[in-house]
Amino acid sequence: MGLTVETYASAAEAARALAAAQDARYLGGGTLVMRAVNYGDQSFRRILRATDPALGRIAAQGGRISVGAGVTMAEITESRELGFLAPAARAVGGPAIRSMATVGGNLFAAHPYGDLAAALLALDGRAVLADGREQALDELFAARGRGQQPLVTAVTIARPERGAFRFRKVSRVKPKGVSVMSIAAWLPRSGGRIAGARVAYGAMGPTPRRVPRVEQALEGRTLDAAGVQAAVAAAAEGLDPPEDAIASAWYRRAVAPVHLRRLLLEEDG
Amino acid sequence: MARTPVEFRLNGAEKAVFVEGGANLLDVLRRGLGDMTPKYGCGQGTCGTCTVLVDGRPQLACLTLAETVAGREVRTVAGLPDGAELHPLQDAFMENFAAQCGYCTPGMLMAAAALLERRPDPSREEVVEAISGNICRCTGYEPIIAAILDAAQRRRRRAS
Repeated sequence: MGLTVETYASAAEAARALAAAQDARYLGGGTLVMRAVNYGDQSFRRILRATDPALGRIAAQGGRISVGAGVTMAEITESRELGFLAPAARAVGGPAIRSMATVGGNLFAAHPYGDLAAALLALDGRAVLADGREQALDELFAARGRGQQPLVTAVTIARPERGAFRFRKVSRVKPKGVSVMSIAAWLPRSGGRIAGARVAYGAMGPTPRRVPRVEQALEGRTLDAAGVQAAVAAAAEGLDPPEDAIASAWYRRAVAPVHLRRLLLEEDG
Repeated sequence: MARTPVEFRLNGAEKAVFVEGGANLLDVLRRGLGDMTPKYGCGQGTCGTCTVLVDGRPQLACLTLAETVAGREVRTVAGLPDGAELHPLQDAFMENFAAQCGYCTPGMLMAAAALLERRPDPSREEVVEAISGNICRCTGYEPIIAAILDAAQRRRRRAS
């Protein structure tokens, strides 16, 4: 194998080592990095990891919640603090994957993975980097597209009002199937009307992405058939979804309005 | 090449092994310690046949960096029987014809063991969810689901 594993006690040390290295990958839960190792990926020779307990912390911070990058999907589903996020965490893999896969890893999971990351994006997620800087997830995903992968130590998200956050993953195999698409929507309401909607898709581009036209079309509207009409019409506007073994780009565009409508009206299916 | 010492408990016994850089837990169990019960299937987290329990939680041994289990408790099918007495899951799998080629069976057993330890009386839906990360290409899953529900009953009977 010829790989070297370096274990650091603090995330900051691991981040410095990662920034200085050309030949290293950071291992969170292992579901991405070990797969690459098993398949003979020669693009890295060193595996860096950190045992920093701060990476596993979930903490309330004012109106927001900080979720450590090392928190697993299983820990999210068991957290009372993060009950609203449980459906998105449960959408990732099967139980064995969920006890390994981490929040930080999901931010860098290539298409068609990254369903949780779409939910974090809709919840105004901000990545906390090892040097304390914060980066909006939109920016992190854009930079990821350019090959930049800084070490994230936590993600802070908004705490949505009760019932204001919705998530669904569309897959052909249930309960565990790869995404045709996933949709996350944070729909705060003021006097029954939507104010400040954030809607994000997973598996509809190389990284999770927001759909600003849908967000704009929801502004000031009510969540009923007439109110969501414009948003549903804009569901696939400007998107260039990927083509893969799960679905063609045409199919993804064609079904996006159907699933967005179901999510907004909370219909079954 | 750098070899790292790793100590952990395997099915209740203390183990100390040297692991090569980047070695996964499955290789350490099979080649290093001779526990052949967990199987190598896909190597990418899709099939579930390498499922083992780490501190009681199901994990995929092929995607687990060996160093990460230092100081922890690993359990495999080899640790399920109590001496000569098979685990209720093993009895139920035999009697419900839940294995055909048998390759998925160790992963199914460990995924089911994790479920029954948390939920001694699971619903059918919970059983389906618990084995959703384990692929079986022979049985069509129905006999496996029946066996796990049956094992839950056997386990409760044995306990009472």
